[in-house]
Amino acid sequence: MIESIDPGQVNWARAQFAMTAMYHWIFVPLTLGLSFLCAFFETIYVRTGNLEWKRLTRFWMSLFAVNFAIGVATGIILEFEFGTNWSNYSWMVGDIFGAPLAIEGILAFFLEATFFAVMFFGWDRVSRRMHLFSTWMVAIGSNLSALWILVANGWMQNPIGMRFNPETARFEMQDLWAVVSSKVAISHFAHATSSGFLLASLFVIGVSSWFLLKGRHQLFAKRSIVVAATFGLLSALFVAFTGDEHAYITVQTQPMKLAAMEGLYEGQVPTGLIAIGVVNPAKETGDDQPPFIAKVEIPGLLSLLAHRKFGTFVAGIDDLVWGNPEHGVVGVEEKIRRGTLAVTALADFKQARKAGDDISAQIALDEFRQHEEYLGYGHLQTPADAVPPVGLTFYSFRTMVGLGTFFILLFLLFLYQSARRGLEKNRWLLKLGMLSVLLGYVAGQAGWIVTEVGRQPWAIQGLLPVSVARSNLDTGTVALTFFIFLALFTTLLIAEVKIMAKQISLGPEGEAS
Amino acid sequence: MPGKIVTFYLDGFRNMRLGRTLWKIILLKLVILFAVVKWLFFPDVLKVNYDSDAARTEHVLQRLTQQNLNGG
Repeated sequence: MIESIDPGQVNWARAQFAMTAMYHWIFVPLTLGLSFLCAFFETIYVRTGNLEWKRLTRFWMSLFAVNFAIGVATGIILEFEFGTNWSNYSWMVGDIFGAPLAIEGILAFFLEATFFAVMFFGWDRVSRRMHLFSTWMVAIGSNLSALWILVANGWMQNPIGMRFNPETARFEMQDLWAVVSSKVAISHFAHATSSGFLLASLFVIGVSSWFLLKGRHQLFAKRSIVVAATFGLLSALFVAFTGDEHAYITVQTQPMKLAAMEGLYEGQVPTGLIAIGVVNPAKETGDDQPPFIAKVEIPGLLSLLAHRKFGTFVAGIDDLVWGNPEHGVVGVEEKIRRGTLAVTALADFKQARKAGDDISAQIALDEFRQHEEYLGYGHLQTPADAVPPVGLTFYSFRTMVGLGTFFILLFLLFLYQSARRGLEKNRWLLKLGMLSVLLGYVAGQAGWIVTEVGRQPWAIQGLLPVSVARSNLDTGTVALTFFIFLALFTTLLIAEVKIMAKQISLGPEGEAS
Repeated sequence: MPGKIVTFYLDGFRNMRLGRTLWKIILLKLVILFAVVKWLFFPDVLKVNYDSDAARTEHVLQRLTQQNLNGG
């Protein structure tokens, strides 16, 4: 590895991390949701004793197994990237992430070694109830396992329960419970896992629609659709509820992200919500250009969503960058000033420690503590550096919300047609059901783009920009590994699609174990 | 009891059909990831470049106290 400072490298490292995380998120939501659907299907089998439900459970379990096998360990690649591309960040957060990731690892190991084995090997070898218990444990355990990753991510978006130690250059855990129970982490977990339930419901509906279109396994497909559409509808409503809550929390913890999500430059009283809009790509913070080329605005709605009250002020990008004393908004310019004081005090502390001057070190430390919450701002060159990519965040947010609304209608339609026994007659609906599997993935990926692009330039909100978090590697090295992963991921994805397609075409007669 | 558990796992693996393909993929993937990708391309930069935690701290502090590193 050649060490050098290369500004383009950070973008390759970002791109690589984004690609890996997006690829990982192809598998995770299906695992989260399909595990619960399998548990529902098996519960019906155990309660009714009807062997058709057992056959149905085993079929969906086989698809769960394919997805799990292809997806397993794709998350580990993110950890490789931490150590190589983001080594400074990795060093600084080791104490915070150590505990949640260790719990996740231990939980996953025991879960996979015990309940997974019973779920796949235990048909007809353990009692029905024991098997059902194992299936439920897999579902609950898989979702709890996701909790710890999302706690770690939530901490990056809202770093609490820790203190920076200037002696070791590490953030140290002060309060594990504060980290775990952080409102950002909890809302993240609720929103992300329920979006997984939604996606898995779409997947079951999509595959079942294909069976109905082909005229195969009709009763099997209809039964699957009823359970999946019910679970999907409840999940979609919960996704909408947690999404609203998540945005409400974002106003308090990451107001710049919310402003970017809404393309809002100048906060007003009240602030309207842009239902549909075309962002002006030439717009920069502080200039006189209009933020939108075209827009449809709902007056006052953003005030209500952001503060649960009409007629309230919602800070825009310009307010947050340049400050708005009338509404008590401290601008980035002032934060950069205080961040620079924190960086200088940290440098003085380091120097005094080296010289063995404890008194000067203490003075520098006291100064640092006064400004440490702005530490990251000391590394920004201009106030505009604190603005994330607005267009991408804005469009991704609307894609996610628009599709989320569409899915509610779709699940209702499937339930309605199931009740009327009209599924086979509405071939357009079945085709739409198949297409919606893809749309479910688009919505999930768009959600993560909002979360991660919207928080730029921060690796840790307000404390560590990506420019400092990264390693000093040359661009070529990171670009090379980007393409290696691209090839690997593409191969795995092709394998997944092929095996999945084969298993689906075999139908419920295929083997689950 | 331990014998029964071992038999349970052995029989399970022996009777796998789809599982055989999936296990092959998992093992191949783990070999590629750990024996090739991690080993060749993803060293722990701070571990490789610095001998002690003190040196790693010094490096990170150096970066943290170096202002305006190309913004975000």
